[in-house]
Amino acid sequence: MREDSFFRDEQYESRLILGRLQVLAFFVMVILAMLALRYHYLQIEQFDRFTIQSDENRIHVRAVAPTRGLIFDRNGIVLAENRPSYTLTIVPENTDGLDQLLNKLANVVSISDIDLERFQEQMDTYRRPYEPVPFRYKLTEEEVARFAVQQFDLSGADIQVELIRNYPLGEYFAHVVGYVGRINDREQASIDIEAYAGSHVIGKTGIERQYETELLGIVGFEYVETDARGNVLRVLERHHPIPGQNIHLNLDSELQIAIQDQLIGEQAAAVALDTGTSGVLALVSMPSFDPNLFVSGISTREYAALIENPAKPLFNRAIQGGYPPGSTVKPMFGLIALQEQSITPEFTLFDPGYYLLEGQERVSRDWKAQGHGTVDITKAIIESCNVFYYELGHRTGIDTLSDYGLRFGLGHKTGIDLPGEQSGVMPSPEWKRAARGVAWYPGDTINVGIGQGDLVVTPLQMAQTTAVIARQGTVITPSLVSSIGERPVVSFVTDQIEIAEEHWTLVRGAMRDVVHSIHGTAQAINRGIETYEIAGKTGTAQAISIAEDVDYDDLELEKRLRDHALFVAYAPVEKPQISVGIIVENGEHGSSMAAPVARVIFDTWFELQALKDVSLGVENVSD
Amino acid sequence: MSQTDFLRKLPGAESEKPTNTFWQFIHIDPILLLLVLITLTFGLVVLYSASDGQIFYLKRQILMAGAGLVAMIVIAQIPPPVMQRWVWLPYTGGLVLLVLVIFHGLEVNGAQRWLDLGPIAFQPSEILKLALPLLIAAYLGKRHMPARFKHVFMSLLMIALPAGLIVVQPDLGTSLLVAGSGLAVLFTAGLQWKYMLAALVLVIISAPLIWKFGLHDYQQDRIITMFNPEADRLGAGWNIIQSVTAIGSGGWSGKGWLQGTQSHLDFLPESHTDFIIAVLAEEFGFRGVCILLGLYLLIIGRGFWISYTAKSPFSRLASAALVVTFFVYVSVNMAMVSGLLPVVGVPLPLVSYGGTSLVSLFMMFGILMAISTEPGTLKS
Repeated sequence: MREDSFFRDEQYESRLILGRLQVLAFFVMVILAMLALRYHYLQIEQFDRFTIQSDENRIHVRAVAPTRGLIFDRNGIVLAENRPSYTLTIVPENTDGLDQLLNKLANVVSISDIDLERFQEQMDTYRRPYEPVPFRYKLTEEEVARFAVQQFDLSGADIQVELIRNYPLGEYFAHVVGYVGRINDREQASIDIEAYAGSHVIGKTGIERQYETELLGIVGFEYVETDARGNVLRVLERHHPIPGQNIHLNLDSELQIAIQDQLIGEQAAAVALDTGTSGVLALVSMPSFDPNLFVSGISTREYAALIENPAKPLFNRAIQGGYPPGSTVKPMFGLIALQEQSITPEFTLFDPGYYLLEGQERVSRDWKAQGHGTVDITKAIIESCNVFYYELGHRTGIDTLSDYGLRFGLGHKTGIDLPGEQSGVMPSPEWKRAARGVAWYPGDTINVGIGQGDLVVTPLQMAQTTAVIARQGTVITPSLVSSIGERPVVSFVTDQIEIAEEHWTLVRGAMRDVVHSIHGTAQAINRGIETYEIAGKTGTAQAISIAEDVDYDDLELEKRLRDHALFVAYAPVEKPQISVGIIVENGEHGSSMAAPVARVIFDTWFELQALKDVSLGVENVSD
Repeated sequence: MSQTDFLRKLPGAESEKPTNTFWQFIHIDPILLLLVLITLTFGLVVLYSASDGQIFYLKRQILMAGAGLVAMIVIAQIPPPVMQRWVWLPYTGGLVLLVLVIFHGLEVNGAQRWLDLGPIAFQPSEILKLALPLLIAAYLGKRHMPARFKHVFMSLLMIALPAGLIVVQPDLGTSLLVAGSGLAVLFTAGLQWKYMLAALVLVIISAPLIWKFGLHDYQQDRIITMFNPEADRLGAGWNIIQSVTAIGSGGWSGKGWLQGTQSHLDFLPESHTDFIIAVLAEEFGFRGVCILLGLYLLIIGRGFWISYTAKSPFSRLASAALVVTFFVYVSVNMAMVSGLLPVVGVPLPLVSYGGTSLVSLFMMFGILMAISTEPGTLKS
């Protein structure tokens, strides 16, 4: 070591070190210059890009859902409303273990298997990360309070207040008002995503679906500043949402309730139209269901129970059920035959209890085995004589019946403002060739003549054709909605069927006698009527199962084979206000099962009108 | 000393010398001290914003800076020859503590780096950051330059020992920095270019093997992330994306003090420690970055001047190595936060929050001051 330093050339070493220091200094300058360039590049050249990126980081556009429009009946009674509801939501990404959290939550709020099931389903379907998943709906005040106390230990869970749809009259309007439900994947693909930003539900059926656009409203937006964890710190800018429009219906909830209560336990449908405007006063399909189940997402089990119920509560029989109208078509066909002069008002025939078409061997029987004797058009309607109508159908011909039938409203949708309406079938040779690929036989015509064969109508169509008769040929599209927001909705007259006055008088008189004469098939319902008269027509249709169920027990089978009971009517006879179409599946006879329902409808309606007149009168006096 | 003074009494030089004598007497380099205090103050301003106005961090940082200043003044009084003679002591002590850490260290984030000494916890690697370059400087300063192969080999051994102990903690970043400070001495001491070329070739050849067998998964992730931060936006890439966004959105003049959205809305991770330059860049803009870089450049420049005018080979080598270490800290941190280097735990000198690193920085300045105020003749 010592020798080393002894021989050292200090001058050389010094120069060596100083040289190296210069290299280092140069190196330092180069690196610092590069750093300066890097920061220059980021801060000056890329400034715009990173400014946007930084704003995107912190500023989020948040949609503010508009309040959905309300639905009222004709008297201002609420059928669909929005209620504040406390929903327990979970952001799975923020939990310290989902199972752990669920266990803890079980001590805070009551959790049913259905909640767990539904939660699992929503977890399994597509969702954005950090999107809250609803876990328990409709928390009670007590549960909310308990949660607030325990919240520190429940990270990932939160309570959100949201307005959820509520149907206060539940089952009574399920088939008309319909319901809203969570937007599903298929709907997600077809809707305007922007318009639904912030909304979780969409109208699925009924008025809720038909008038979705009007009810929805226009979404609002707010720009919010958030931190890295997504917490909203402040609202920077707000564009308020425009609430959806309120919808007023022509329905009368008291009438609807009265009808539905009358039909409990039946598979049935009834439609009541305001004869003057064709506004729908009541539209009932039984059995019904609770639409509130669907609002917050129905569980698979609950849904399966509804789907597998053989009575098909989700099926809207009033507009989707296709039934042979049976004898209820007799007044209409009578009018057609008279107008087209295939029979005269004086025409009679002798009914021996059967009918044999010329050149045919197959005998068609009347429902009364011994026959009705000598029958004219009036008696044929009052007593519902089939043999007369075999002949009437034969004389008039299918083409004429079909042409008029279509004009009266059969064989095509009535155009009611509800989704899913079925068109039924008004058969004709052209229709049969297209649908079945078979030629029309004369026997087909006589079957159509008594409302059987291929003729298929919906209960709504039954009410509609009856209303056309009550209006003496004026066809008006039935409508549920009377006004949207402030804007009234008017019904359109689409056709005027020209039939001579005396024919109207004749047939309508016969319809009155169905109820009010001693031989009338519906005379049983005239007891106790004082203030008004009813014109109607009974019908009995062979049960054609509308469902192809596989397993059923014998008892059900028995009932399933019974005939359907039908009844159409309007009242009062002189100045018709209300027209109805009623069907009770497997109800055997229109007279025994369906006609009494009409009586209830009329009684309720006229009572309501009388009450209203009284209250109006009182008001007038006080003015 | 009197002889030197006599020799230097030349006309014209007289006016500047008397001031120096006072500073030489108290062994403080006023220029370096002023630069350090300005930078520290700037750092405290940024730290206040970066810690979201939490006065706790500011207080603690000031407290540690005070402790650092005391340590600096004390160390500045030690004559460099004494340092040269006794530096093996802290070096060996540091090694012992590093071994202790392996067995008794506190585990933080899966690495054992900290030693718990009752009231304080510190990283023994901090000792080596100073002791290692001094030891190599002491060793080579006494020997023939450029160093012979035997001496180079011995130096490498002295470097490899602490570097190896730190790597197993594991703390690759610090290990490389410690090794770098030792290598800087070798370089300054005139290490022949052929050795350096050979080392470079060796590194290039062994790099794939080191990648495969020498690096932990998280270390590989960091390197991959640096080259493609978008690959894992919310995971490993998050830090880099957010810090680069913070820097870039600062623009020329910045968003204003306490107005940085990236840092105040918690998008920026580690905003008061390793990533604090992003806060500065966001709030003070490119202007602020340039001012800081300028301050650093002046400190480094002053350091080189001290090395240039040092009185012995040991002093020259030691001061040069310390300045290079300081520079490496600055550049690695700034490069890492701006996405040029993988994320390693290197604080920004004088600005980042952190007691141990601040104190050891001041100790480093103390050594530089001891060298700059060393009496004796200039050897040129």
